[in-house]
Amino acid sequence: MPKPVIGILGAGKVGTVLGRLFVAAGYRVIIAGSREASRIALTVEVLVPGAEVGTSEEVARKAEVVILALPLGKYLTIPRDALRGKLVLDAMNYWWEIDGFRDDLSDPRVSTSELVQAYLPESRVLKAFNHMGYHDLDEGPRPAGAPGRKALGIAGDDAADLETTAALVDAVGFDPVTVGTLRDSINLEPGSALFGANFERQAVRDAVTAFPETERGLLVAAARADSPWVGGAA
Amino acid sequence: MSFEIGLNTFGDVPTEGGRTFSDAETVRLLIEEAKLAESAGIDVFSVGEHYREGFVDSAGAVLLAGMATATESIKLGTSVTVLSTNDPVRLYNEFSTLDAISNGRAQLVLGRASQTQSFPLFGYDLADYEQLFEEKLELFMQLQSGMPVTWSGTVRAPLVDQTLHPTMRAGGIPTWIGVGGSPNSVIRAARYGLPLMLAIIGGEPQRFAGHVDLYYRALEQFGMPRQPVGQHALGLVADTDEEAADLWWESWKPMVEQMGKERGFYAPTRERYDLELATGALFVGSADTVAQKIARMTRELRISRFDLKYDVPGLPVGARARTIELLGTEVAPRVREILAEENVNA
Repeated sequence: MPKPVIGILGAGKVGTVLGRLFVAAGYRVIIAGSREASRIALTVEVLVPGAEVGTSEEVARKAEVVILALPLGKYLTIPRDALRGKLVLDAMNYWWEIDGFRDDLSDPRVSTSELVQAYLPESRVLKAFNHMGYHDLDEGPRPAGAPGRKALGIAGDDAADLETTAALVDAVGFDPVTVGTLRDSINLEPGSALFGANFERQAVRDAVTAFPETERGLLVAAARADSPWVGGAA
Repeated sequence: MSFEIGLNTFGDVPTEGGRTFSDAETVRLLIEEAKLAESAGIDVFSVGEHYREGFVDSAGAVLLAGMATATESIKLGTSVTVLSTNDPVRLYNEFSTLDAISNGRAQLVLGRASQTQSFPLFGYDLADYEQLFEEKLELFMQLQSGMPVTWSGTVRAPLVDQTLHPTMRAGGIPTWIGVGGSPNSVIRAARYGLPLMLAIIGGEPQRFAGHVDLYYRALEQFGMPRQPVGQHALGLVADTDEEAADLWWESWKPMVEQMGKERGFYAPTRERYDLELATGALFVGSADTVAQKIARMTRELRISRFDLKYDVPGLPVGARARTIELLGTEVAPRVREILAEENVNA
């Protein structure tokens, strides 16, 4: 498969690091900030040399794979129509110090990627690139098979899309580990042992296996058993 | 090249012989530590702004006023003042007064804060942090210009032809922008032509070299003159690397675990910690180790100011005092020596 065009929504800490990783791996990368493209032109030129800039709409339209790297609290500003039919990788996390205190984003019954999928019903949403700190992402890429190569958990519902995403993770220098469905992706969110982790493959797998018995895992299971979230766009 | 060494405190409550200091004792200790910093030859002493148990730096201007009367030459500032939840008018009044008390030694680092307790405390919505900072910075810089200010915005009452007293020294006090890694914040500092303080608290500091490039390029684009870049980091200086590493770990680990619990991230391992010491953002070690590391930053990040946050809750008072002494009397001269050698060789 030829290398897909990578779009990144968000030109902050995470977006610029991911942009560098994909440019280094030989991908065409287009980045959008929250406002006009001109506002991030210098940032992208200096921090992500080789990437292009565009508006969110342009990025969503031109790219084949779009990574969400904006504050989760702003997910309802994502250009829904332009993302129709696209593979969307959700790298966002609920971070109350940025998003404010939000009950909707911290509901243990639902993963935040499910919320994003519900808002983008005609896109294929997967969770990826969210759980490792951006400086570890920046410093961590290594070629496949290199000793000490770090792993990134990914989650999604479609086998083919998971395969595509895994290939992208591998291409930028990390071992992909599928951790489950979009519903399961709560085990990559803040509060889980994998959040902030900079582990190798086996340690990521072990953390996934251990999750149901952790304090957070038990809380999630209890909340979901009690009154399941039935979904729906916000 | 002139190089400034600073100390930062968040007013972390220390221990002595296993006993935890009271808040009031800690406040008084900070004044003593500022005096000690001055006698050790430190250039700048700065206090943070936090509103939580274990930290007593909630009233920065008052603390700095106390230090101002107890010292003679050391510069006194903040790191960082949470401008978003401050009133720029009140801030001006406090710091023009501090500048008068200290006879021209006041300065500021303004930021959006990474600890955000001040938002609910003062009735602000975290979701507005960007707008709050943007508008308040604009107003604060107008006030510092010394001209009567007419201003209106969404974050406070409008001002009409307002002059404040005591007036700030001409041109205002040195005002830095504290940045944690957001490219937008770097560009904002450049837009105002203000010096940049990089808060680097994890990972390899060299990652920020791109931010410094971005800052210089943005200054050029805005037609602003070159401004200094500083680095704020955490650490401890002791007589040996080993002693320093163990002392800091003992107090730092529980603090980071607590932060991890609040923010939902993974707690550090000793292995990870050792890596932070070797190649990462922690400046923990003997005077020579720390001096070498700071000198490396001046090359790779082009900084001309380095601020060390030397306290962490529970750290013994003696370890804090030793850090202050060694930073001023051994680290700073050694850094300057290395820089001078390099300039000669350049």
